[in-house]
Amino acid sequence: MPASHRAAVSSAFSRRRFLGTASAVGLGAAGLSACSDSGSTTDSEGRTVVEWWNIQTTEPSKTVWPERAKAFEAANPHVRVKLVTMENDAYKSKMTALTSSGKLPDIYHTWGGGVLKQQIDAGLVEDLTPSVQPWADTLVPASAKAYQFDGKTYAVPFDIGAVGFWYNKALFAKAGIESPPTTWAGYLDAVGKLKSAGITPIALAGKEKWPGMYYWAYLAMRIAGVDGMRKAADAKDFTGDAFVKAGEHLKELVALQPFQKGFLGAAYSTPNGEAAAMGNGKAAMELMGQWAPVVQADAGKGIGGDLGFFPFPAVDGGKGAQSDVFGGGGGYAVRKGAPKAAADFLKFLVTAESDRVLVAKGSMMPVVKDATTALTDPNLKRVSDALGKATGFQLYLDQAYPPAVGQEINDSVAALIAGSKSPDQVARSVTQVAKSQ
Amino acid sequence: MTTTYVQDPTPATAPAKRPPSTAGRPLGRRFTDWLTAVCFTLPALLLFGALVLAPILYALYVSLFNWGGFGAPSDYVGLDNYSRLLRDPVFRGDLWRSLLMVLFSVCVQLPFALGMAVLLNQKLRGRALYRMLFFAPYVLSEVITGVLFSMIFAPQAGLADKALGAVGLDGLGGLWFADQNHVLPTLFLVMTWKYFGFHMMLYLAGLQGIPAELHEAARIDGAGPWQRFRHITLPLLGPTVRISVFLSVIGAIQLFDLVWVVTQGGPDHHSETMAVTLFQFGFQRYQIGYASAISIAMFLISLVFALVYQRWVLRRDTEGALTTMRAHR
Repeated sequence: MPASHRAAVSSAFSRRRFLGTASAVGLGAAGLSACSDSGSTTDSEGRTVVEWWNIQTTEPSKTVWPERAKAFEAANPHVRVKLVTMENDAYKSKMTALTSSGKLPDIYHTWGGGVLKQQIDAGLVEDLTPSVQPWADTLVPASAKAYQFDGKTYAVPFDIGAVGFWYNKALFAKAGIESPPTTWAGYLDAVGKLKSAGITPIALAGKEKWPGMYYWAYLAMRIAGVDGMRKAADAKDFTGDAFVKAGEHLKELVALQPFQKGFLGAAYSTPNGEAAAMGNGKAAMELMGQWAPVVQADAGKGIGGDLGFFPFPAVDGGKGAQSDVFGGGGGYAVRKGAPKAAADFLKFLVTAESDRVLVAKGSMMPVVKDATTALTDPNLKRVSDALGKATGFQLYLDQAYPPAVGQEINDSVAALIAGSKSPDQVARSVTQVAKSQ
Repeated sequence: MTTTYVQDPTPATAPAKRPPSTAGRPLGRRFTDWLTAVCFTLPALLLFGALVLAPILYALYVSLFNWGGFGAPSDYVGLDNYSRLLRDPVFRGDLWRSLLMVLFSVCVQLPFALGMAVLLNQKLRGRALYRMLFFAPYVLSEVITGVLFSMIFAPQAGLADKALGAVGLDGLGGLWFADQNHVLPTLFLVMTWKYFGFHMMLYLAGLQGIPAELHEAARIDGAGPWQRFRHITLPLLGPTVRISVFLSVIGAIQLFDLVWVVTQGGPDHHSETMAVTLFQFGFQRYQIGYASAISIAMFLISLVFALVYQRWVLRRDTEGALTTMRAHR
């Protein structure tokens, strides 16, 4: 499976881009010029140099990151943390080249999943289990899942998010829905109520495909369970009952015609897109990650206190619980043979004290349990609560799987929503691509 | 990854490069001539080889592998990528849509451009302004055009629907790019808006070259406007029309940026072109082998068209050059 060491493609890019940031252009060039690969690991003053590759090109993390490095250096005078900051896509292509050359940066950004696994299999990544083990309990369990393989931990998280339904409380009340649905049947019922009240139940960006994939992924998770998802990925076989059923349930939803007019051509963050429909109160809900409120307010007006969050409903007879979470975040891995100071720095970065700084000043989601109190935004608090209570965690499919498989899922599910593929065809075409990798 | 390259329609350099009548000269002189020719063409040949031929050959090589773009290609699959291509409903749809776009460009867009050119060739108040206005869209970048029209044709909220609503024609508005059956016609509309000005300019230049005396003589002989157009304008505009058709067809086959910005090939592949499919497989799925097969297919289609067109249609236009060359031999 030589396909791509680049991390998740456009959808992931979209996600990162919308993580409370506006534009991440321009700084890439500056970042690239900064990455001279000095062979020596000590500077002129004899300090150990640790390179820290990150993609925090936008405020506020752009300021917070160097401050963290300075704080660590103050406590560890023999170490110098050298930041190498580049823009998301520039980082991915640079990493592709570095991975094939076999030498990675001391500390580098990772989204976990399939790409990290490839690097581990190539023997390029340090096993952080021994250094993480003593304080692993302090972490929000879901936050580290994407970086764990065969019981070993290969990266330390600094951010974590999740997907769920963002809904307009006022519109729900208008349609006479008292509380958010907890089962799929109840969900379909709520959609029906919204429709008959003359409200567009769901906003969807059909042009971009990945928002539609969330429905299929969550349904598959609820039916197969997180274990079932992993087994299917390992066997490269998505033709199982759970995946066909996921498609059938999604078809039930599509049959209700719940989406806004022209959703097949709608983008996510444009002024006429999915987020704007929510932000302008023209649709009752969207299935989206923790960045949704920011984008809603950016593309539309934002609905302020009317905005609520509920987890994806459970499916009757499914193995997955409603508390299983679908999401992803960011972490830092360490190259094999990096100075010990690299692991020390990561330990420092996610101490409760430091994570509180990342949360309060850097707009990150807390990865340390004790840091959740630093979260003040009520919307993010809800996501954080869901993550804190998570019974299972599934990484974004386009990051967990190779890019070709992730794209095929997006594409097939889009075809299902458009009515040109059957649930069975979706399962088979995804399997076919998975097997070819 | 390569894009396809098409030969220049007119082999303009051919006669110029060959020194006139080398026969009968002393050998040393002929050698010097030959050396001069090599010296002058070598840089161009090297660049052409490195930037055009080499990538094409590399794409051909890669298209025989199942390759994700990482490390060296190793999983040799022979012609599998090509047989998969022929079975792929999306690619077959691409071919069909390319054909539609070619037909539309040649049968609707170009006659429209010609009509406008003839009109703006008349003595008309504000003629220069109209010419400039109609040519302006061509100057805009494809991306800007795409963003602009995705706003204009946004269902309900866009300018198109609002304008139709304002004059009581709500029924004519619709989903535009968001509907599987309307996306292609809407795209044609945008393409015409964007490109007809360019072809109009070509025709205008051609029209200026037609001597007014011919029209005058025909008028004296009692020929009506249509007869004059049919028997004077059209034949004398022949070379321009043939080049414009050529450019238009090649453009339609390679269409990418506008489609990518507006629809990304959707909804459900209904506006996808070969280049969009290529991009998706090459740069989103990292199935470089398969994407290379698509690029080779595109290249072959363009090449075959270019060769056939040059041989059969542009022959008369290049004939002049060839006869000049023959006379020199």
